[in-house]
Amino acid sequence: MNLEKFGVQVDESTGTKYHVFEREKIREIALELRENGFDYISFITAIDRKEFLEVVYLFRNLDTGEEIFLKSRVPADDPRIPSIADIYYGANWLEREAYDLLGIIFEGHPDLRRILLPPDYEGHPLRKDFPMHMEYGPYRSGDWLVNHQNVPPARRQKQDSK
Amino acid sequence: MARFRIIEKEGVTVRLLESPHKKVNNTSRFEDFARHIEKFPGGEVLITSVENLFAWARSRSPWDLTFGLACCAIELMHTHGPVFDAERVGAILRATPRQSDVMVVAGTVTIKMAPRLRRLYEQMADPKWVIALGSCAISGDHYRNVYSVVPGVDQIVPVDVYVPGCPPTPEGLINAFMQLAEIIEREWKQRMGVKK
Repeated sequence: MNLEKFGVQVDESTGTKYHVFEREKIREIALELRENGFDYISFITAIDRKEFLEVVYLFRNLDTGEEIFLKSRVPADDPRIPSIADIYYGANWLEREAYDLLGIIFEGHPDLRRILLPPDYEGHPLRKDFPMHMEYGPYRSGDWLVNHQNVPPARRQKQDSK
Repeated sequence: MARFRIIEKEGVTVRLLESPHKKVNNTSRFEDFARHIEKFPGGEVLITSVENLFAWARSRSPWDLTFGLACCAIELMHTHGPVFDAERVGAILRATPRQSDVMVVAGTVTIKMAPRLRRLYEQMADPKWVIALGSCAISGDHYRNVYSVVPGVDQIVPVDVYVPGCPPTPEGLINAFMQLAEIIEREWKQRMGVKK
């Protein structure tokens, strides 16, 4: 397996071996990994570094136990990266989680909406600029908690079409 | 304790609970009733109002909804298990809100769970009570300022008994059921205007 042809650089400065790549290459890298026996996507997450966001992927080969860390920088004002949900089906919900909590927009995802928080929640809470103390913020009054729209959009569309 | 009026008629003792309503305090019907009762040696007959009987039955059978949200639900489970045996105070877990009198909110309430919790509370038949089990259900505790947590379940539903602890012991929950029994009786007495 040769990942250098996609411009991947190895970063071992933190003690863990990371493969750093440009965000446009993720689909090609995922296809290459799948052909070389990495049949399981362990997690997709992101880290807020204030100037930029880091999207982190962990692929695993279930036969040999081999693991490969991949990470890519995306700018904080334009956090877009191509989706790999059609290459690894397990990536579907993982990408939704990263979108929900950190606001990474996965382009080409079949159904990119919130998975953990209510659909009408505003903001992405694991971003550094999200307020730490919510005591006087939104979502605190009993009226909002009881009355807010909690029906997922997909189900609502299905009901409308009938 | 409520005051009783004792009527003795033909060897039968009738204890009559005093009611704030004048109509009920008219004892002549009960004297008539006592005459027709079969006598038990040394036995007594107690006559009371239907509301009092219901309040007594409700306070001794707080059936609670199977509704665990976090780690406090483990305490809820073995409170109802064979060791602590909450059936001694009449508490039985029910799997549906239609059959439940008490909702034990066991654990952290998230804002996504809040409307569902409110719906379950509304599905319970009146009269109904709520026990907040554990610090998270009371105030949110150390998750109070977290982005997804409701700071106390009393934002959504009215709470009758708070059980502090992280998590509370099963003895604490059993004590809560016993306190709830007192609350139910007291509520009835206040409503009926019976003095202590």
